[in-house]
Amino acid sequence: MSGVELKGVQKVYPNGAKAIHGVDMKISDGEMIVFVGPSGCGKSTLLRMIAGLETITEGEISIGGKSVNNVSPSERDVAMVFQNYALYPHMTVRGNMSYGLKNRGIDKATIEKKVGEAAKMLKIDSFLDRQPNQLSGGQRQRVAMGRAIVRDPKVFLFDEPLSNLDAKLRVQMRIEIKRLQRRMKVTSVYVTHDQTEAMTLADRLAVINEGRVEQMGAPMELYSNPRTLFVASFIGAPQINLVPVRHDGSSLIAGALTLSGFPDLPRDADMMLGIRPDMLKRDDAGQCEVRVDLVEQHGGENLIYGALTGATLADGEEQEICVKAGQDLLPAHGENLRFSFDPASAFVFDRATGERLL
Amino acid sequence: MQRSSISTHIILILGALFMTLPIWVAFATSTHAPDTILREGLQIMPGGHFLENYNEVLFVEGGVMKKVTALAMLKNSMILGIGFAVGKVVISMLAAYAIVYFRFRLAVPLFWVIFMTLLLPLEVRIIPSFEVVSDLGLLDTHTGLIVPLIASATGTFFFRQFFRSVPDELLEAARLDGATSWGFFKDILVPLSKTMIAAILIIMFVVGWNQYLWPLIMTTKEENYTLVIGIKQIYQVLSEGGELPQFQKAFALTILATLPPVLVVLVFQRWFVKGLVESEK
Repeated sequence: MSGVELKGVQKVYPNGAKAIHGVDMKISDGEMIVFVGPSGCGKSTLLRMIAGLETITEGEISIGGKSVNNVSPSERDVAMVFQNYALYPHMTVRGNMSYGLKNRGIDKATIEKKVGEAAKMLKIDSFLDRQPNQLSGGQRQRVAMGRAIVRDPKVFLFDEPLSNLDAKLRVQMRIEIKRLQRRMKVTSVYVTHDQTEAMTLADRLAVINEGRVEQMGAPMELYSNPRTLFVASFIGAPQINLVPVRHDGSSLIAGALTLSGFPDLPRDADMMLGIRPDMLKRDDAGQCEVRVDLVEQHGGENLIYGALTGATLADGEEQEICVKAGQDLLPAHGENLRFSFDPASAFVFDRATGERLL
Repeated sequence: MQRSSISTHIILILGALFMTLPIWVAFATSTHAPDTILREGLQIMPGGHFLENYNEVLFVEGGVMKKVTALAMLKNSMILGIGFAVGKVVISMLAAYAIVYFRFRLAVPLFWVIFMTLLLPLEVRIIPSFEVVSDLGLLDTHTGLIVPLIASATGTFFFRQFFRSVPDELLEAARLDGATSWGFFKDILVPLSKTMIAAILIIMFVVGWNQYLWPLIMTTKEENYTLVIGIKQIYQVLSEGGELPQFQKAFALTILATLPPVLVVLVFQRWFVKGLVESEK
């Protein structure tokens, strides 16, 4: 049993800045949790608190059922992969991987065996005697993971481990981390600001904003059923389209645009309509008209960017909108196209609180 | 570029000659018989008494001082130079480690206090230092010679800057790997500072070797003299007169005194440069 539990965890820095505002979370044994959020939201702080590198101001963190608030990082039995790998530059790959075991007083033969096994698993066994500066970024990344794996920890912690890699390698390592985690069945916490990484890796996802967990759940649940405006806008690429609207009793009003089919909403309150780019379907009788500005061809799909006709923002700017369409829809600049969407698949949020209304 | 390279070379060569010629003259003169020097003054060409003069200075009792040989003084200087350099590196690394990695009250003011001592040369505290050492009965000992000198603000400052450039993640990784404070220092910081240590050792060896005032007031017995003190003594004898001035021996002693620091720098200069450059990493 090596689940992780956070109860009312808070972090206040000595200068009074509050980084974490009470986080409750239960991570079950063998689960992969991803903390995702914009930079400075506190996700790394939370991870480092689990690791023991940051003190806990209030609340309790327990690993495997035991409170670890006053347990030193090395005794928590967690392993961490750092963003810049933090390999010991003067040690060989073997030295890097065995250092933690050596400090735990494990005998040489066992260390040798464990390092060998982990190296084989990560395909780094051919350069065990090299130093980190003779390795490529991807290889260093593997060594950093190897150093975590040999320890056989209760919990793996990943602090944006892929952000220093190039795009192609990142995708490759992402898949490998997922495979490895599934094979080793170790409870893992992974921090990232990249929502694709988050969606693909997580068993469950925790969207963190300003030191609070906005919503936690399976990736697809967060995508199709976001609880707040922040979650809706953070999850999903391209970003969800957000249109400021009001309700006049029968339909939603956005500037000169009237959208019907939305029941029971508070009248004249400031609200935000959220429509995912892939919810908009080409339809000559559709509710909204888009004046095309730019088309991005991604190969299998086209992203059409334009202005939503009629919906002018308060400051006089046009409402921008993005549509995800098939590769055969390729309108010219300035062309007007109509799209429709199912009101039931759209979200409506309260603009002041960010709460989802519909 | 092409044209200026000739003139730059000339300037370089002149500069090099200007710096090395006095040493050459000292060496050349040290290989002559005393009467040649008295008759003809300083010599530019080496003479035929090299082995004889240096043998007498290095190995013959009474050859240069009343009793002590240059070899014994060389040994004393070595002990001072090495003890001074090693002591400074050890003390300043430990001090810098405490200042950078441990959060304790007054860490910052203490660092500035250490740093301020840079403003106070040894000469300012030489009387109290002498008093302390003499009360401890350490006059005329190697301990008394070295210990009062090994606190080093320069070294502490250099190591502090270097430690601060070591990424925090290394410390955190080591903590997760179960390293103790001492383990992190010994397994991670010391190996990382290798080139830095080498550079400081070299600088401090030369500084220690050239110490003059402290050994002068510290040593009363001839057998504890360092080479630098020996030189001072022999020139004093020369100026006081009485016997036939032994200029060749004085020059031989001077050459012997300059040799070790020069050798150290020549042998270790690659490390030295590397250490100074890499500290910026």
